[in-house]
Amino acid sequence: MLTLDRVSKVYKVGTFGGKDLPAVRGVSFEMGPGEVVSLIGESGSGKTTVGKMILRLISVTTGRISIDGTDIATLGGDGLRAYYRTVQGVFQDPFSSFNPMYKADHVLGMMRRQYFSGLADADWLAKVEASLQAVNLDPGQTLHKYPHQLSGGQLQRLLVARALLLDIRYLVADEIISMLDASTRIDVLNLLGELRERGLGILFITHDLSLGNYISDRTVILRRGNVVEMGATAKVFGNPLHPYSRMLIAAAPQLHRKWAAVAAELGAGGGPRPEGCLFHRLYPPDRPAGADGERPTLARAEDDHFVGCVRLDGEGACS
Amino acid sequence: MSLQVTNLRVYYRTLAGDVRALDGVTFGVADGEIMGLAGESGCGKSTLGNSLVRFDPRMRYIEGRVELEGLELPIWDNAAMNDFRFKEVSIVPQYAMSALNPTRKIGRMTAELVAARGIPPETIVPELERRLDLVGLSRDVLDRYPIELSGGMKQRMVMVLSTILNPSLLIADEITSALDVSTQKAVAEMLVSFRDHGFVKSMIVITHDVSILYQIADTITVMYAGKLAEKAPTESIISAPRHPYTRLLISSLPEVGVRYAERRLAGIAGSPPLLLDPPAGCRFRDRCPVASEQCLQEPPFVEIEAGHFAACWKVA
Repeated sequence: MLTLDRVSKVYKVGTFGGKDLPAVRGVSFEMGPGEVVSLIGESGSGKTTVGKMILRLISVTTGRISIDGTDIATLGGDGLRAYYRTVQGVFQDPFSSFNPMYKADHVLGMMRRQYFSGLADADWLAKVEASLQAVNLDPGQTLHKYPHQLSGGQLQRLLVARALLLDIRYLVADEIISMLDASTRIDVLNLLGELRERGLGILFITHDLSLGNYISDRTVILRRGNVVEMGATAKVFGNPLHPYSRMLIAAAPQLHRKWAAVAAELGAGGGPRPEGCLFHRLYPPDRPAGADGERPTLARAEDDHFVGCVRLDGEGACS
Repeated sequence: MSLQVTNLRVYYRTLAGDVRALDGVTFGVADGEIMGLAGESGCGKSTLGNSLVRFDPRMRYIEGRVELEGLELPIWDNAAMNDFRFKEVSIVPQYAMSALNPTRKIGRMTAELVAARGIPPETIVPELERRLDLVGLSRDVLDRYPIELSGGMKQRMVMVLSTILNPSLLIADEITSALDVSTQKAVAEMLVSFRDHGFVKSMIVITHDVSILYQIADTITVMYAGKLAEKAPTESIISAPRHPYTRLLISSLPEVGVRYAERRLAGIAGSPPLLLDPPAGCRFRDRCPVASEQCLQEPPFVEIEAGHFAACWKVA
């Protein structure tokens, strides 16, 4: 289980890092094996920062990310190497993930040096072929080619294959299909579904609601670093509770329904619900804080469906 | 017909030879029509848009005729196009951020732009202010530098600038792609309101995102590998596409409500042909599930029912 517990990230910006820029504020969620969680947000929502913190590319400012109970910030040396055998990432731009001077399978060779230095050639080749098979790539058509000879979809699948060389249990997929064409992106998306069926937990970071809805079991909606709503995908999309989620769903262009029809369905153009802030009805401001002095940022609206306060900063009364 | 394009061919010069990016396209855009132009990367949709406004040095005009309001546009001659550009045909580029001069305040840039067309800048000020109000920009943006505006504001500013002289045709090239969903919707709806207010007579909206076109376009034209595959009213393209490529493309698009667990969508196997040396006949042949011998001949782009055009032997 990969667990985020009240994770925050503050970037230092400005000359000499004099200013604080909070990017992620108290985000908590869990991801189990065999589960696709989509992390949806607009630009600046902190979705990529969350992914990078899980991959330990940047540090956590406060809070804790743990895998099966072990805080990943404490890992180092062999422990960190073992962590990377379990968790890997794939990013948005397949063209810049490859060094154009080397053949595309250079990324696989780097894996071998790093993690499989003791493996015999024949075993290594068998391993490469198995992982290419898993992402539906033909070894003959992809190995020994330069990146520019392969399509974006092929490169992206090669990067997933690279991650699969290790026996990973979690994959962070940050906007991995945004740059692909419509006719090939669905194949990469279906690939994520197939990997999930084989027990992989996938954090699918995206700005595109229809993609998140298609592939994920659970959805987390971020706005300016805060989780505004999360839960089972069918519940979040079928019955969005937070005004921001409602606005997002109303603004996402759909193929068979016009904007006006979706807005009418959600009522009042996807604006706030008439009864006010659901979070504070479920969790009144005067209710005492929990045993550890922390106040929750999300309230449980129904089974596997949580909603945050209408007000972003969550201080004081909101309505 | 506001715009009539006949058999337009535009190639790119490269060391390896000509890339046939736009290889004989014929279509018309009616008065007041918002035509959506969709296709995958490299299909020639931006080349088509750019060639109607300004040739870049790598582009080579081969043949074809472009008529706007009954007048032939000399698209092969960048100097002669100066008489039409901005006044009759205008473009909103994808990256509005790079379309504004960073060293000028926006008001001054606008004045210079209009003056360069021989129009006294003060005559357009009332109209400019009216339009800024309409798109929800405060009038003091004219006193600011582009760097002080957000991406969405710059996009709206460029849209106001491009249409200030009421061109007959506006080309909007991927203007919503770099924006967040909420801004995207506002900008797309703004395009429709520009048409409704008569700021532009007709419009070509280029994007890879068919669902945006479904929201705002009157007709959708689908391009594949440098040629037109299908053109029809929006509802027909989305609900009853005829060309095999359009059918597969539409059925591969995930939308809110479709879940992997319940209904698995399929992509299109294979990849588009290289346009350096494209195969003869139908260019979708190798990926097409219904291809036959006949497809070795090039299918004509014909009207299969009123207002619905397609280039496929199987539907003609």
